[in-house]
Amino acid sequence: MASEYHSSGEYIKHHLQNLTYGQHPDGTWGFAHGAEEAAQMGFWAINVDSMLFSIGLGVLFLFFFRMAAKKATTGVPAGLQNFVEWIVEFIHGSVRGSFSHHNPLVAPLALTVFVWVFLMNAMDLIPVDWLPWAASLAGVPYLKVVPTTDPNVTFGLSLSIFVLIIYYSLKMKGPGGFFAELAFQPFPKWLFPLNLVLEGVGLLAKPVSLSLRLFGNMYAGEMIFILIALMFGGGWLLAAFGGVLQWAWAVFHILIITLQAFIFMTLTIVYLDMAHAEHH
Amino acid sequence: MNFNATLIGQSITFIFFVWFCMKFVWPPIMNALETRKKQIADGLAAADRGKHELELAAKMAGDNLRDAKAQAAEVIARAEKRAAEIIEEAKSAAKDEGERQLAAAQANIVQESNRAREALREQVAALAVAGAEKILRREVNAQTHADLLGQLKAEL
Repeated sequence: MASEYHSSGEYIKHHLQNLTYGQHPDGTWGFAHGAEEAAQMGFWAINVDSMLFSIGLGVLFLFFFRMAAKKATTGVPAGLQNFVEWIVEFIHGSVRGSFSHHNPLVAPLALTVFVWVFLMNAMDLIPVDWLPWAASLAGVPYLKVVPTTDPNVTFGLSLSIFVLIIYYSLKMKGPGGFFAELAFQPFPKWLFPLNLVLEGVGLLAKPVSLSLRLFGNMYAGEMIFILIALMFGGGWLLAAFGGVLQWAWAVFHILIITLQAFIFMTLTIVYLDMAHAEHH
Repeated sequence: MNFNATLIGQSITFIFFVWFCMKFVWPPIMNALETRKKQIADGLAAADRGKHELELAAKMAGDNLRDAKAQAAEVIARAEKRAAEIIEEAKSAAKDEGERQLAAAQANIVQESNRAREALREQVAALAVAGAEKILRREVNAQTHADLLGQLKAEL
């Protein structure tokens, strides 16, 4: 595929460009052609590919789980129900292990985060050229198939979780208690500006690290897939070697996508547990 | 890496998915899991109870069997005793009957022999008288010597 492009740099850039819809500087609405145009559209533009794939995968997840939930019997579980129960039990165990308060939101939240992030990550296993190529046949200029390689997606998740952290911190500790937690430790009270800076950075680091970890891992993984895909344009020998490399990296990537989804879920639970915990 | 409204779209999508999961997915599955857990626990408890009851029943059956055996042995012993008694009674009754019949037969024999002897005596007396009559016909008057003949008859 790489041979269709003028240079490998162009190929990589093309693969890392989202399909962005927004207002052009001249006032017309349409898809951006290239990174500069997308940047010029400013904030009020939308990455159509990220939205479509993430919503599609989320709907897929909820559809199958809802189907299993509707047919859930207390008898011997079979097929889909067995699989869904396996995941639900796993999430339930993780939440019980890390979250020591009572909140009916946390377990479903953890389930959604884990399965959804896993599915979005799993898009990475589809060979990098297949879907963009199919889209180009349909006249779509850009297509980035892995939603979690779009920082908008990972930040969308982590900022929502950040809002929940703030909400439960205020609800459980009260505004005074929350402020005290930020201002009166770890150093003595008279050093409270220093405390505030330290704890404030710590608090803000939570959503940033959460989303950047996932984004970074998936972006790097995708980049390596793209670099491997470049080899397919370099003759039979290089192409065969690229095939082996791609297979090996995909196998390794199965571990990474699962691990990243798990880490994202576990940290979400831990952060919410910290938000609930009272400091004494 | 430029931020745009996708951020907001993702947040809304995420919130919707979490709400849906919390409302329609998690509770029914958790419910089924909890109910099944309880059913399994109940089943195990029932199995334990059943085992216990089985042990009790086996013990009771053993006791009953032992009692029945003892009763049967007693009945048999009693029956044997009774049989021996019946045999004894029958034996003694037979003996008595035999003795009685023997005695009757002996009495009969004695009676018969007495009667025969009486008849014989009558005939011998008649024969003797007839002989004497023949001898003494001429010289002895039958009427005068009747006392003597009667005395002789009595002595025979």
